[in-house]
Amino acid sequence: MSAATPAPTSGLAQIGKSVFVKGELSGSEDLYVDGQVEGSIALKANSLTVGPNGQVKASVEAKGVIVLGKLEGNIQASERVELRKSAIVTGDITTQRISIEEGAYLKGKVDVHRADVK
Amino acid sequence: MSSVSQNFMKLFRGSSGPETIAEQGSQKLSRRSSGLGELSRTWESAEALCVLDLGSTSATNIRHFTERGHRIYSEDLLTASTDPGLLATDENGVAALDSRKFLADNLVYPAAHFDVVLCWNLPDYLDESLVKPVVGRLWSVLKPGGMLLAFFHTRDAGPDSPCHRFHIIGADTLEMKRIVLRQEARRPPTGAARGVTSTSDGFQLQRVFNNRHIENLFRDFASIKFFLARDNIREVLVVR
Repeated sequence: MSAATPAPTSGLAQIGKSVFVKGELSGSEDLYVDGQVEGSIALKANSLTVGPNGQVKASVEAKGVIVLGKLEGNIQASERVELRKSAIVTGDITTQRISIEEGAYLKGKVDVHRADVK
Repeated sequence: MSSVSQNFMKLFRGSSGPETIAEQGSQKLSRRSSGLGELSRTWESAEALCVLDLGSTSATNIRHFTERGHRIYSEDLLTASTDPGLLATDENGVAALDSRKFLADNLVYPAAHFDVVLCWNLPDYLDESLVKPVVGRLWSVLKPGGMLLAFFHTRDAGPDSPCHRFHIIGADTLEMKRIVLRQEARRPPTGAARGVTSTSDGFQLQRVFNNRHIENLFRDFASIKFFLARDNIREVLVVR
């Protein structure tokens, strides 16, 4: 796996590319999805990475979201969203920061909320 | 719909700046855009506009609008038009794209939703069967008084003019980069028969609109302005 592609590290929850999950996913650790997920994903204090083989059809709520594969559904990230060049995202994105590599495909609304300055 | 024949306002303005090569290696070009310059006055002075960008997904454009407090929607219609599921044949058995299916899957917004639509060079590269239906849908999703910016090649540009993605880098300045299609999107939607829709790695110019064609294309809009550029591009700013 290249340096640009975040590899799942040990201690990280993973859904491998042969796995299909349907339903509500929630947790308190970072999640790497390289398989198929349908439903909803809630990782309020943690991050979700959709790997290059990942196909997610779900609403996502997480601290950070990195997409290299396909994601269909709205993304609500409290901190950051990254769409890598292979990403195909259909859905609205609400986040504080967003980065999109050239070649990524996004169909949807982008709403960037600035962090409150204290 | 208002008829453009009654209140048609066609103004030919001064030319945009010449194309300049910024980074030869990565084929990045920058160009001055009079149409963008006029349009940008809208989003610099107004608050909370709703903007639709129909070009390739651009982080630069998303940042440009969100930093100013506007809402931006991104929808890459050219890439969407390469969906193999759109292939159909018309009543004469000629290959065409199914415009009804295309509009069922794309540009699905409430009526009068957007203040600004950035069309870029979409009409020049979009399949013939989709051009009029798409412009009709854009009319309906634009607010009355909303504005649309589109670029059209002149005949002098030649048939091999590459399709670019557009990034807004200044009030009247764009950065352009040649689009290279994803591997899976490298197919000619209907071009296999006509051989004109896409090249092996990018989109190919489908046609050259003259001024009359452009006026007809936007005949339901209230007004249209032409900006002639020196790089064989005609910029068009239309108002619903």
